[in-house]
Amino acid sequence: MGYVAIKGGGRAIEGAADALELLRTQQGESGQPLDIETIEKQLYFLHSRIISEGGLYHPKLAALAIKQSLGDTLEASFALRAYRSTKPRLLETPEHDTTNMRLVRRISASFKDIPGGQMLGPTTDYALRLLRMELLNESPAQFQNIAKTLFANLPTQTIPDSFPKVLDSLRAEGLLPKVNQAAREQPFDITREPLVFPVSRSAALATMARGETGSLLAIAYSNMRGYGDVHPTVAELRVGYLPIMLPHPITGELTEVGEVLMTECEVVAMYQDNDNKNAIPTFTLGYGACFGHNEVKAISMAILDRALQKGMKDGAENPSEDPEFVLLHVDGIDSMGFASHYKMPHYVTFQSDMDRLRTTQQKQEASHE
Amino acid sequence: MSNGINFAFLDEYAKREIRRSVIKAICIPGYQVPYSSREMPMGRGFGTGGLQLTLALIGANDSLKVIDQGSDDSVNAVNLRKFVEMTCPGIDTTTRLQEATLIQSRHRIPENSLRADQILVLQVPYPDALVIVEPSEDKRKIMHSEADYSRLLVKLYEDIVKFDEITISHRYPTRINGHYIIDPSPIPRYDVPKLHNSNALILFGAGREKKIYAVPPHCSAEPLAFDDVPFRVENFTDSHGERRACKQCGSRESFLDEFIDEQGERVYQCSDSDYCEQQQELARG
Repeated sequence: MGYVAIKGGGRAIEGAADALELLRTQQGESGQPLDIETIEKQLYFLHSRIISEGGLYHPKLAALAIKQSLGDTLEASFALRAYRSTKPRLLETPEHDTTNMRLVRRISASFKDIPGGQMLGPTTDYALRLLRMELLNESPAQFQNIAKTLFANLPTQTIPDSFPKVLDSLRAEGLLPKVNQAAREQPFDITREPLVFPVSRSAALATMARGETGSLLAIAYSNMRGYGDVHPTVAELRVGYLPIMLPHPITGELTEVGEVLMTECEVVAMYQDNDNKNAIPTFTLGYGACFGHNEVKAISMAILDRALQKGMKDGAENPSEDPEFVLLHVDGIDSMGFASHYKMPHYVTFQSDMDRLRTTQQKQEASHE
Repeated sequence: MSNGINFAFLDEYAKREIRRSVIKAICIPGYQVPYSSREMPMGRGFGTGGLQLTLALIGANDSLKVIDQGSDDSVNAVNLRKFVEMTCPGIDTTTRLQEATLIQSRHRIPENSLRADQILVLQVPYPDALVIVEPSEDKRKIMHSEADYSRLLVKLYEDIVKFDEITISHRYPTRINGHYIIDPSPIPRYDVPKLHNSNALILFGAGREKKIYAVPPHCSAEPLAFDDVPFRVENFTDSHGERRACKQCGSRESFLDEFIDEQGERVYQCSDSDYCEQQQELARG
């Protein structure tokens, strides 16, 4: 054990940690600690957000992060992200086709009927936002009975696990460009390489996939309102479980190792003039995808993807089309850290600031005399 | 370790990447080397860039000193030091500059000069001096490669026209080895001359902005100025033209913190607490 320098300042930090722990446990003897599974299941959307912004698919640790951070989304994502820093990258997954997603929800705003049909699934979209006062005193018996009742009335006909993708039918009709196999780029790992501009679309998508929901929404909203002109139509929004395939360590054959809950959004935007005058104009595409069930985030990301592609091609006319502006400002861990750091002592720099101001004041006063 | 944390927290690949970036930074003095920069378990802006450098460099025989605003006992310094102690079993920590092999600091360079066997790691919020004249990183990169610092010089000139003074108080743009201009981190102007021809290697880590850069030993570091408007450090003379002294140790050579004491009097005290204590020890004999 090495020699350790300890002085008084550490006591304040320990005291602050105790005070925070007291805040978490302030219910005292009348309280029950939050159970990890309860957080994962009953704080479902909060949990989804942390998994997504933390950039690590670990449902149990995401729930732990929520518990220890008292539900602060930025802090919880942060703890998960910091845990990720201690882990090496052992393998790379191949590209995954989301046609294979085991869906819990999929909708399209572009067509009334889509192959496989619209499937609303669990959503608040058409819910009346009236406070459900009966939940104030929900009894365990009432709570436990709901799933039982719902499952009892389930229709016997089964729904297929996967559905065809709306974009495939648009492609078949020639409304969207064919997938350009030649232009496929190597995936960019933002956890292993820094962003040096100009960056690839892969790097942009990866950055947004773990971006902070509110930040993505705010910049995408600026584009929707008029600082930009993507005018998107949601071709398809799907939420479900994507089987994860990894090469078998011995045979090399792709093997399913598990599945991740994710949200994917594909938006179609109006066509633009093409550099190649002989080419037939087609709609353009924006793509968003993230871990967990985060629809607003996936839609915002898809709009920004479209806006950034335009900006990379023609130059940015709006903040939402500028890759540096968008990608360097949507990470919640970075932005909250820097905002918080202003709470730290800045005695030395403030001393320098005062020195400059006083000198300037003296000079001005002297010149007025 | 029992809690599943690696020695020095980061995985070995991350440490290797940082050490490679450090070597590149030393080879190209003042150039900002981009690196992937892992998230640390403390806030971006609290010294995560400096901390990653410290963790990538520290080994069993090292003795670490951590200072913030010149003080080893500042809460953030305590926090960083505790984290390194927790994740790096077997290393030593110290508050005495002379005993340290590795020094991580925020906003100050120690008063006493460093030795060749010491490394100073500075925490950096804004790695690029050009950010005050150009927000785009892409454009700044081109300006650096062309050594095009005309807009910075115009900014200094405009200050003189408007205020008859250069108003940059800290983070003073400094030219390294005759080419790249760096943001030397938020050290006061008082500390900028210590970068020049230093005995020790000085490393800069910007975690949030994902950059590492260096001022190697015995390298030139010139603060940006004009022939007829020289660079000036903070002025600590009183109204009688006398240099103010530290109320604790009496030094008239150190960078001073100014504050109002319980009696409402304005008092001055050394910012570097280790230096101040050593001066008091010397006086006691």
